[in-house]
Amino acid sequence: MRFSGWRVLKEGLTGNRGWGPQWRDPEPKREYDVVIIGGGGHGLATAYYLAAEHGITNIAVLEKGYLGGGNVGRNTTIVRANYYLPGNSEFYSHSLRLWEGLEQELNYNAMMSQRGMINLFHNDGQRDAIVRRGNAIINQGDDAELLDRDAVRRLVPYLNFDNNRFPIMGGLLQRRAGTARHDAVAWGFARGADMRGVDLIQNCEVTGIDVEGGRVTGVQTARGPIRAKKVALAAAGRSSQVAALAGLTLPIESHVLQAFVTEGIKPLVDHVVTFAEGHLYISQSDKGGLVFGSYLDFYSSYAARGNLPMVEHTMETCLAMVPAISKARLLRSWGGIMDMTPDGSPIIDHSPIAGLYLNCGWCYGGFKATPGSGNAYAHLIATDRPHGPAAKFRLDRFSTGHGLMDEEGTGAQHNLH
Amino acid sequence: MRIHCPLCGARDRREFSYKGAALVRPLAAAEPEAWHAYVNLRENPAGPLAELWYHEMGCGSWLQVTRDTVNHSVLEVVLARDTALGAGA
Repeated sequence: MRFSGWRVLKEGLTGNRGWGPQWRDPEPKREYDVVIIGGGGHGLATAYYLAAEHGITNIAVLEKGYLGGGNVGRNTTIVRANYYLPGNSEFYSHSLRLWEGLEQELNYNAMMSQRGMINLFHNDGQRDAIVRRGNAIINQGDDAELLDRDAVRRLVPYLNFDNNRFPIMGGLLQRRAGTARHDAVAWGFARGADMRGVDLIQNCEVTGIDVEGGRVTGVQTARGPIRAKKVALAAAGRSSQVAALAGLTLPIESHVLQAFVTEGIKPLVDHVVTFAEGHLYISQSDKGGLVFGSYLDFYSSYAARGNLPMVEHTMETCLAMVPAISKARLLRSWGGIMDMTPDGSPIIDHSPIAGLYLNCGWCYGGFKATPGSGNAYAHLIATDRPHGPAAKFRLDRFSTGHGLMDEEGTGAQHNLH
Repeated sequence: MRIHCPLCGARDRREFSYKGAALVRPLAAAEPEAWHAYVNLRENPAGPLAELWYHEMGCGSWLQVTRDTVNHSVLEVVLARDTALGAGA
């Protein structure tokens, strides 16, 4: 079933009786060519690209809960390509290009909105860093514009420009950055994969990974054993537990990152805006709610909810930046569980076990990576060779120390990112 | 989240800074694999985890806190110097 303006009009006039389920609910088969563990954004995107670009369709995506119920539904929906270091830079650039064509490719409205993102700076040192980052972004082939204080004021006049501690001196604008509808991305990939024959199997927790003679042979699940030639992990947030089923220990700590949304207000925040002191990012959803977040809570957690000190910090920073919203009431907060690696960058690589692949360690960059990650991971699984823009996301960079991507320059150690 | 410091009593989480999993540091001459495991690899359990917290805005003690990572409940707190971590000091 294809979506089109004509179809929406026709269904609207005939009581919307012609819509059907967007994907099947199949029973798991006994054997697949590829089993993907995790039916979130990355797992579904991987299945889609395996089918669409590599012609591999005998695939099962096994999901413990429901499709898109993990971190793809627990983020702040920001899409951007403004990384600095080689490795991250070309990967997120590739991912943003995929985002730009995604809705046409999937025939699905992901509500991709390239509304632009402005990273504010408050002092000379931050200006230098942002100029350097902007140049790196331009060298990568993406867009970045340095704005002075007046240019920022013309775009986002509602900010507090004269905060005593953190006056706004200017910003870096990336016009192609923006937001996308988080659930719709997962659903669009799910529908696209299902249409190409991929089995999406929900309520199917993987309880064991079978390895014989150093090669993976299948998985044990809540719905029985499934044999597979290749098994691909895409379970960020629970990567350590799933990898442990195969006897692997990963360089990952799980941390909670909180996000918040206010009641709906009239259109105010037209872009994604980030505040550099105290770290805050804010955008406005199409329903009118202000969506914002800040740092990790900075301790290991699987709780999917955080503690009050970080709530307080986030609110203080938000009001320092936009005092005008002080009376907006907070509706909800939530926490996503981040796979934090020592250097703050992800892993897409072979595992030490033949036929078992790793896609994990997305830190807080997982949502914008969704299409790029699926695309690169599918390439790795199908060809056993790393995909160009993701070739530096190697697992062995932590044991060798070669190729670490410490974007923040704080040191490649746990709890510093 | 409140942590019961053995010296100071129950205090707010904000008085403490977090180090991470409580792991015994390898000897300086240990194999690179042992250092890789110490610096990078983590069991990362969803459940009780022994970890190091520093009572930065209190008595300045390093504490070994056993905390459930699923619900944030603090199960046990002892001074790190009284554990295997402090044995070499």
